[in-house]
Amino acid sequence: MKLRLDTELCQGHGRCYSLAPELFSCDDEGQAVLLVEGEVPADLEAAARTAVDNCPEYAIGTE
Amino acid sequence: MSNPPVADWATDFDHTDEQWAADPFPIWDELRGTCPVAHTERYGGAWLPTRHEDVSAIANDTEHFTSRSIIVTPHRPPMELAPEGIAPPISSDPPFHAAARKMLLAVFSPQSIARLEASTRAYCQELVDLLAGRDVVDAATEYAQHIPVRVIADMLGLPESDGDRFRGFVHDVLEGVARPLEERVDILLALYEYLLPYVEERTANPTDDVISMLVGSDIDGEPLTPFHVIRTVGLLLIAGIDTTWSAIGSSIWHLAATPSDRQRLVAQPELLPTAIEEFLRAYAPVTMARLVKEDVEFQGCPMKAEEWVLLSFPAANRDPAMFERADEVIIDRQPNRHAAFGLGIHRCAGSHLARMEMRVALEVWLEAFPDFHLADPAAVSWSVGQVRGPRTLPVSVTRGA
Repeated sequence: MKLRLDTELCQGHGRCYSLAPELFSCDDEGQAVLLVEGEVPADLEAAARTAVDNCPEYAIGTE
Repeated sequence: MSNPPVADWATDFDHTDEQWAADPFPIWDELRGTCPVAHTERYGGAWLPTRHEDVSAIANDTEHFTSRSIIVTPHRPPMELAPEGIAPPISSDPPFHAAARKMLLAVFSPQSIARLEASTRAYCQELVDLLAGRDVVDAATEYAQHIPVRVIADMLGLPESDGDRFRGFVHDVLEGVARPLEERVDILLALYEYLLPYVEERTANPTDDVISMLVGSDIDGEPLTPFHVIRTVGLLLIAGIDTTWSAIGSSIWHLAATPSDRQRLVAQPELLPTAIEEFLRAYAPVTMARLVKEDVEFQGCPMKAEEWVLLSFPAANRDPAMFERADEVIIDRQPNRHAAFGLGIHRCAGSHLARMEMRVALEVWLEAFPDFHLADPAAVSWSVGQVRGPRTLPVSVTRGA
């Protein structure tokens, strides 16, 4: 599983970095920052799905 | 001053109606099934989408819908106020909006808000200490109300002792929507007159507060005008108080009325952040509005220029097409893709602050009063208009009562 963050759609709700801090952080303005490049480690796949499913702006997807 | 009773919710809706204030959920549920985009001739014409997908579509369509004013009244703000609008950046449209918003984001970022947690907790503790020994307390007026007033006054650099004046401004702006235009203008002028000396003072002697930050900000190299600064400070004052007061109050109301959820959160405090998201979904306090820019058809509805669209994020959050068991409050709901803080470019800039205030306020409350319940359900009253929350909330806090 790979994560994709659309920074144009992200509005800084912060659901992803609250729910999956291993995978997302935020910049100085509260916009989401994706922390992992490439494959999501297997033990974080559930957290990745949680982040995808809670984003109000549908800004996070998986590949 | 109240409007005539609603004859038919699909063709004559009114969000200031008593029935809506007391219990809006059945109204939205019925409309979603029968007339998902309702209309009213009131307020010079207004539309009400109740499905999540429609609310989302309009929130994201800044081409056809303007934020020039976001509080529905019978009046329309002058066109000359564009692109700033009446209270930038919430009332600003692209491209001006992004610049007017950007300067606020760092102040309200999660990192900045985390630094306010200890003082917020100390203040909540002070408030519950004052209530110690009482049997019945008003959780709305003696607790929830004071927390955002204190926090936003500290951030802005305004005296907390002016809290009653702030609440007066907020009430007049948000609930006095049926008043004549001259009175609406006077309300804003009174707010601006109150704020002007502070803006002038921080211009001369800047500190580390938000007013000083705004005075020192620029857009494309041009410093903000004092009028822009005053309107943004007015926005933060108004948007920061009733909204969070309502969110904390609705959460306490739910827990006072639902012993099983209260007991579960007392036993499992780590569940609180998840529960807060559910309280935000189920009791989202804020309804926004847009004005139709030019005549446009939306979902088969002929929307005319300068008609309002009431943008009900609370109704979107109750849409069963979006949420399973949408009408139930499930405090461990997961996932929860709610829209309580809005959708699109106007996402509530204070959302991280609001979440921190809710979490700390509920943690302190639950620790102080693990056994509370509604003292008199019939005495609970709710605000009227676009911000919804309990304004009278008598709860019994006696242990084991």
